[in-house]
Amino acid sequence: MSIKVAGVSKNFGDFAALTDVSVDIPSGSLTALLGPSGGGKSTLLRVIAGLEQPDSGVVQIDGVDATVLPPQRRGVGFVFQHYAAFKHMTVERNVAFGLSIRHKPKAEIRERVRELLELVHLEQFAHRYPSQLSGGQRQRMALARALAVEPKVLLLDEPFGALDAQVRKELRAWLRRLHDKVHVTTVFVTHDQEEAMEVADEIVVMADGVVKQVGSPDELYERPSSDFVMSFLGPVTRIGGELVRPHDIELFDEPEAGARPATVSRVTRLGFEVRVDLDIDGEEAWAQVTRGTAEHLALEQGKQIFIRPQHTRTSVAASSAPRSTS
Amino acid sequence: MSPPASNDLSAGGGGTLAVPPLTGGPRIGGGRTARRGLSGRFVVGPTLTGGFVVLFLSVVVLIPLAVLVYKSTGSGWAGFWHQVHSPFAWSALKLTVVMSLLVALINLVMGTAIAWLLVRDRMPGRQFLDTIIDLPFALPTIVAGVTLILLFGPTSPIGINLAYARSGVLLALLFVSLPFVVRTVQPVLLELDRDMEEAAASLGASQFTIFRRIILPTIAPAMAAGTTLAFARALSEFGSTVLISGNLPGKTQVAAVFIYGKIQEDSVTGAAAVSTVLLAVSLVVLVLLNVIQLWVARRD
Amino acid sequence: MTRNRTSAPRWGLRVVVLAYLMFLLVLPVVVILYRTFQHGLSPVFDALTTSDAQHAYKITAIVAVSAVVLNTVFGVAAAILLVRHRFPGRRILDAVIDLPIAVSPVVVGLALTLVYGRNTAVGSWFGRHGINIIFSLPGMVIATSFVALPLVVRAVGPVLEEIGEEQEQAAATLGASAFQRFTRITLPSIRGALAYGVVLSLARSLGEFGAVAVVSGRLLGKTETVPLYVLDLYNNFNQTGAYAASTSLVLVAVAALVASRFLRPRGAMT
Repeated sequence: MSIKVAGVSKNFGDFAALTDVSVDIPSGSLTALLGPSGGGKSTLLRVIAGLEQPDSGVVQIDGVDATVLPPQRRGVGFVFQHYAAFKHMTVERNVAFGLSIRHKPKAEIRERVRELLELVHLEQFAHRYPSQLSGGQRQRMALARALAVEPKVLLLDEPFGALDAQVRKELRAWLRRLHDKVHVTTVFVTHDQEEAMEVADEIVVMADGVVKQVGSPDELYERPSSDFVMSFLGPVTRIGGELVRPHDIELFDEPEAGARPATVSRVTRLGFEVRVDLDIDGEEAWAQVTRGTAEHLALEQGKQIFIRPQHTRTSVAASSAPRSTS
Repeated sequence: MSPPASNDLSAGGGGTLAVPPLTGGPRIGGGRTARRGLSGRFVVGPTLTGGFVVLFLSVVVLIPLAVLVYKSTGSGWAGFWHQVHSPFAWSALKLTVVMSLLVALINLVMGTAIAWLLVRDRMPGRQFLDTIIDLPFALPTIVAGVTLILLFGPTSPIGINLAYARSGVLLALLFVSLPFVVRTVQPVLLELDRDMEEAAASLGASQFTIFRRIILPTIAPAMAAGTTLAFARALSEFGSTVLISGNLPGKTQVAAVFIYGKIQEDSVTGAAAVSTVLLAVSLVVLVLLNVIQLWVARRD
Repeated sequence: MTRNRTSAPRWGLRVVVLAYLMFLLVLPVVVILYRTFQHGLSPVFDALTTSDAQHAYKITAIVAVSAVVLNTVFGVAAAILLVRHRFPGRRILDAVIDLPIAVSPVVVGLALTLVYGRNTAVGSWFGRHGINIIFSLPGMVIATSFVALPLVVRAVGPVLEEIGEEQEQAAATLGASAFQRFTRITLPSIRGALAYGVVLSLARSLGEFGAVAVVSGRLLGKTETVPLYVLDLYNNFNQTGAYAASTSLVLVAVAALVASRFLRPRGAMT
């Protein structure tokens, strides 16, 4: 069940939330819409769900033009950042909602709800109300509720944004496993690059209402098409005007070919990794090395060393234009 | 104040039998959460709902009031002024406005004091007081009139007879308008940030200075809104004054009772003229409340 | 600061406030209860079971319930419109809904008479079709609706705003139609506030005096509600009856107070 978005624009008053956005999301994939807040990714997701009407452009779901369909007829499952739990219903009735309004037989509903609660590990909470659940449990309930109607596509808007760090990590891994099991085409919005890299097959980077780049996590990390994408997807530092990943900087205590002198201005140990702040002819930069390297070079404040970036960002084939995936 | 600041006032009304007074309710959905969502998309729903709402409002409220204003000026402005300036009409209007101002002033002081007592004084019986404060909203006005004349009339068990006197009218108006200031000030006092007071105290401010410099400015808009509502209520009051005032034209007859008398005499133009004056003052009051609302909204 | 020893100014405040409330609120109610029951229960019972009294109760119930039903439907519709939709004239609509609070009941009655009275264009058209509005039940219902108009809107509005739109959107993505969203999500979410608004409206409607006095014509045994009946009895020096009927309304008011205290949304006013 693929999703195709073509030439979609959406304005809120003077604010251009989306400008001529085109994205293809292949059937069965797990795609992240990644970008800074206000970049248009949530709006794009809501346009796909039918919760917003685009000013122009087309949305196709499973090959069918859905642009003017109301949300209830698009066959999408939508999970909200703040859960949108039906507060007056038990967990069980929340999950059953989509089925009960379709007037499915009671027994079938009961069976399906039981399955889903098992899937999201909430069996023993069936008769509780949302207010009696933790944030993570509520979000799993919301997910089960969205899956109950067997949506063609599953859309998640910052699904873990309101949860604390530990729960967020757990749910991420769990979402990945769930997707491997259920295989429904899934799109989730996040502003957390780590989350996108860890969970998604494919990442759509968005900012200022436009798509900046589309690709697999590795492609984006290795071959970012712009400084923006590079700095958004991971730590960067600047050496001689070029962006470099701090872990792609080699450190030597003797001059080497292509290496330039630098002064260590500070050494910070962060467990296994060591952050080395550098002064290169008055410019500040930093490198990330292993503890072993740091000890081997006997790095300390004020020490003169030589550094050599391994690869700086080079323009690659992956352009900001959306890829055709079908 | 926390975000629901514009709701602070509304909580006053919303929190009690009080009409969620003008202050509060109004400006529902002031756009804070103006989410674009499903709203626009189901064209039939809102149009139908909107049509019904506007139709109902027109039939019940707008058309009648418009016709009233139209009729009052039916014989031209001169006729209108003639009616309003007729001795008894004029004295009824004057009495009503003066009494209402007095009532507003007393409510401003007593209402704030009552709210203060309810929120800050851990006095036994507070809950009971808090409940009965709304009695004037729940009690039919004519019943209020009967009860007041029993206590303060010719057969008063405590020997105070205010019947057929202006002080009796004042009493009735004080009764019906009692909850307004209490119920607008109370929620704001409840939400008042104690940290501010403690900070002020730590900076060496005396109790009196804290009240004047910290508390008073915070509750002032609520006090103003409550007082305005009390004024509006006193201005329009009818039922509770009928019995105790004795309706002596030129002496204790308030505007609403004057209008009622004119209707009974089938003197519609006279009734309509005075009604229009009352209506105009009501509109001014509504505008005033909106201004107070804006004042609150801007401050937060 | 609260834990300060009770000081002289505090005692002063207590005495003044309590005396004020005592004379204005408590004593009048105590006195009417005493006067009503000073000769026992049977005169009260007799006074409340006369045919005029029974009829007044019936009329009051019909008028109040009709007005409450109308205002409930209107109130929910208007609240949804104001909270969930953006349209030109929204602020005006919002302001107009508050108008009835500031308009004198007598003025309401007069205004309705001028539009729907028998000698008016509208009134006579209805009259030709066998429907009398003024001096009849429909006019009393409209008048009562007018005075209680804002109560449901203002009770429901803030709650509707607070629950937000997400649950409704979630229901939409799960396939719920607009009607299903309303009955299954919106209505259950606002039921507390709605009940509160209905209690307020009912209390106000049962007790309405001025507007109904004008539009009903106060025809004893025909269009007389209990509040009008109280005045009639009082004017006819039937004090036992007037006090008994008043006391019955006091009890209704107290019941409404107690009910509203339980229903009050987020009512941590203690």
